Amino acid sequence: MSLVGARVLRKEDPNLITGNGQYVDDLQPAGCTAMVFVRSTEAHAKIRSIDTAEALALPGVLAVWTSANIVQLANCPGGLPGLDQPLLAKDVVRFVGEGVAVVVATDRYIAADAAELIVVDYEPLPAVASLSAAMAPGAVVLHEVLGGNTVHFQDFENPLNEAFAAAPRTASMHIVNNRCAPSPIEPNVCLADWGRSGLTLWAAFQAPHHLRNTIAQYFGIPQDSTRVVAPDVGGGFGAKINFVPEFFLTALLSKEIGRPVKYTQTRSECLVAMLHGRAQEHDASVAFDNDGRILALKLTVTQDQGAYPNGTGMGLPVLTTAMAAGCYRIPAVAISWRNVVTNTTPVAAYRGAGRPEASYTIERLIDLIADETGVDPVEVRRRNFIPVDAFPYATHSPLAMYDSGNFAGALDELLKHVNYDDLKKEQEKRRQDPAAKLLGIGFSSWLEIAGFGPPGSLEAFGHLASWESAQVRIQPDGSAIIFTGASPHGQGTVTTYAQIAADELGIDFDRISVKHGDTAVVPQGIGTMGSRAVAVGGEGVKTASGRVYENAKRIAAHLLEASAEDIIIEDEKFFVKGTPARSVPWSEVAWKSFQPLELPGGMEPGALDSTVFQQVPNFSFPSGAYCCVVEIDRETGGVNIVNMYLVDDCGTVINPLLVEGQVHGGVAQGIAQALYEHMLYDPSGVPRTSTFMDYLVPAASDLPGYVTGRINTPNPSNTLGAKGVGESGSVGAPPAVVNAVVDALSHLGVKHIDMPVTPIKVWNILEGAK
Amino acid sequence: MTIRTAITVNGKDTSREVEARTLLVHYLREELGLTGTHVGCDTSNCGACTVLLDGEAVKSCTVFAAQIHDCNITTIEGAAQADGSFSPIQEGFRQEHGLQCGYCTPGMIMASTALLTENPNPTEEEIRHALEGNLCRCTGYEMIVNAVRWAAEHPNFTSGGAK
Repeated sequence: MSLVGARVLRKEDPNLITGNGQYVDDLQPAGCTAMVFVRSTEAHAKIRSIDTAEALALPGVLAVWTSANIVQLANCPGGLPGLDQPLLAKDVVRFVGEGVAVVVATDRYIAADAAELIVVDYEPLPAVASLSAAMAPGAVVLHEVLGGNTVHFQDFENPLNEAFAAAPRTASMHIVNNRCAPSPIEPNVCLADWGRSGLTLWAAFQAPHHLRNTIAQYFGIPQDSTRVVAPDVGGGFGAKINFVPEFFLTALLSKEIGRPVKYTQTRSECLVAMLHGRAQEHDASVAFDNDGRILALKLTVTQDQGAYPNGTGMGLPVLTTAMAAGCYRIPAVAISWRNVVTNTTPVAAYRGAGRPEASYTIERLIDLIADETGVDPVEVRRRNFIPVDAFPYATHSPLAMYDSGNFAGALDELLKHVNYDDLKKEQEKRRQDPAAKLLGIGFSSWLEIAGFGPPGSLEAFGHLASWESAQVRIQPDGSAIIFTGASPHGQGTVTTYAQIAADELGIDFDRISVKHGDTAVVPQGIGTMGSRAVAVGGEGVKTASGRVYENAKRIAAHLLEASAEDIIIEDEKFFVKGTPARSVPWSEVAWKSFQPLELPGGMEPGALDSTVFQQVPNFSFPSGAYCCVVEIDRETGGVNIVNMYLVDDCGTVINPLLVEGQVHGGVAQGIAQALYEHMLYDPSGVPRTSTFMDYLVPAASDLPGYVTGRINTPNPSNTLGAKGVGESGSVGAPPAVVNAVVDALSHLGVKHIDMPVTPIKVWNILEGAK
Repeated sequence: MTIRTAITVNGKDTSREVEARTLLVHYLREELGLTGTHVGCDTSNCGACTVLLDGEAVKSCTVFAAQIHDCNITTIEGAAQADGSFSPIQEGFRQEHGLQCGYCTPGMIMASTALLTENPNPTEEEIRHALEGNLCRCTGYEMIVNAVRWAAEHPNFTSGGAK
């Protein structure tokens, strides 16, 4: 029986449900010390002086560092040359939360006490806390070398003036894609031990080899004696692939004081120091005919980079504009983008990274076209879909060569679950009844770019390469260990990869282990991000397993005195086809694979060990159709999701249970962006949502149940056929939710509401209509 | 200032000289090495540190170790059955994929345990309400609700010993 596609329970769980997981903060090596930050309370200020005397005098304090202690060191890796963040602020701070000083002490309480005793004298400067403020004439400049606050502007190649002038109808929207804090429940944690035999850094990170390569390069030390370990990691969502000063400072201080140094971020720090996501504003225009057929699309993305732009943040608008047309055939598309710095926390990847922003805008535009033309939103989608026979489909962007999909098929499948006509009647009925809650129905036919990626794609974000490693090692007893560079943080990769390998090797699932997250153990690796763990890493496991299996068959054939072509496997036994009486068990093949005298001619011991650096020729393109049904309380403006219907096309499903979990989790974050979450700053750059008291990460009572369905168009870029599913929900959900809210209020002339759709925004609309 | 506190943790007597300000979660994690109880926030919002205090769910980041002298604490390390079988709640989380990264899971399991003690057969709405103080960023909660329902439906679950 094939395990690929089976609902298999996770190998990860027994440790995690008994408290036996091992997260970085759980490690407490002998002599371990604690590092605590003093972070800037000013959004933009000159540092006049830092008084550390009292902190240094506190018993138990081992070191207090400011930028003066590290003047010779380069700025934090990952930034743009000349605009990068110092490990500790030098002379000037540019956002609230920027590190100003660190204390190392014998325990975290003393370190926190000492940090309180450090006095930083700031000379406040004017701050720009929004895109409009940063781009206003005469605005204060964050980085003098830029001469302004725009880091990069990419203009339209052709602004499509003729297409818009000739079109029967046009419409435009200004859309804000709200800044979110990724907020894994485990904040950033790292522990450095830099002794005579080298540096070991345990870090809550999604890409340990990436960090190992970078940290060795930064310090000019060899990679062989630099080890990064990402043990159990408590969620990442893209925020744990960024290089932050914490990693480098704990390492430096460990070397300095000769003891392990641990940094455990508090939640209040996490909300201002862990890089944010989204933070885009869109100016979108669309030209269409009276039947709702789109003729041209123009999109300008303005990306808030926060105070210090980084490679990933600069890539976000590239991905957004590449996916601007979504799943629609649009004859002319023009894209433009601008990256701007502000006095806020830097921005980088957050679940979906650039693609939720794209799907949100195109799906809002589709509903706007429906509103303008009177054509039903479902019908507008149908009239514009790229048809199934059009793949591969070249878009306006060289990045996005759509390879597969069935957008109409996903919508058909969705509508089997949604009683659309009845809902529309119910909506009408409720509008006539002032006592009834308003009803809204919102759709999104979404498409994303995932499976990162083909050669060159991740290199553009600073990674070594875009392959993923897989090593399959048969043990002498016939069990197997798999090593992967795609270090997981909740995805269930250990289970998924064991399922793939079990099918390819014919070895029992319970006798396959998967190891990850340690650069001293895993040959090389890239990491888990961009929905690549199955589409690239899993494909690597399949390739390596297949190679091992072919050699195992040769050994079995030799032992059975048969030809390898005639060997089949069942119940961990190799047979000669047609003669079931003659067999050799996997365990014997494995044992003998290490014994030169037992091997077929030309084969050497170690033949059942294969390492693959799996490449893929293209990105993948997961897609789907979602529908959200909301009720709106006319008295409070509160939005309640009544139903959330989700049809995904992630290609081949390895484990339906885990795919379901990924979809739910992504959708939950998408709903959260649509209704609840917003990292807010006041005009002086002070964050107003810097604890979980005021940044609303939803609880169980804030979220609905989900109805899920599926279609499957296999990914042609790997033999598994899998596309990836980790980010889909966060791409598909926000437009469905906001389309539903706007639909509920459309009789009041509402065309758009920016996320998050809070009760006060809705209440103001309802009051205004009275 | 230090204070001697004696706390029974998972049925074992513990006693330590602690600073008055030592949080229970740090007592458990750093004094006793029981690292299954996690810290996810500093405002008592996330519930990752939830343990049972004399059978009731509390957030151990909001309790001082010195405050609960002579009390009984159950942590995730003490959640399994006497024979080593997973508790019905633990098994429910496994069966229904109620966890992904696992960081919030110990707190979720302890909060769910307290819920089922009080209300052995909760509805979906009651479960969602009871777990309001525990945040999960991975699952979207539906499978956590299913996990608690699984436990309610299998109160006598046993795997017949240690797993």
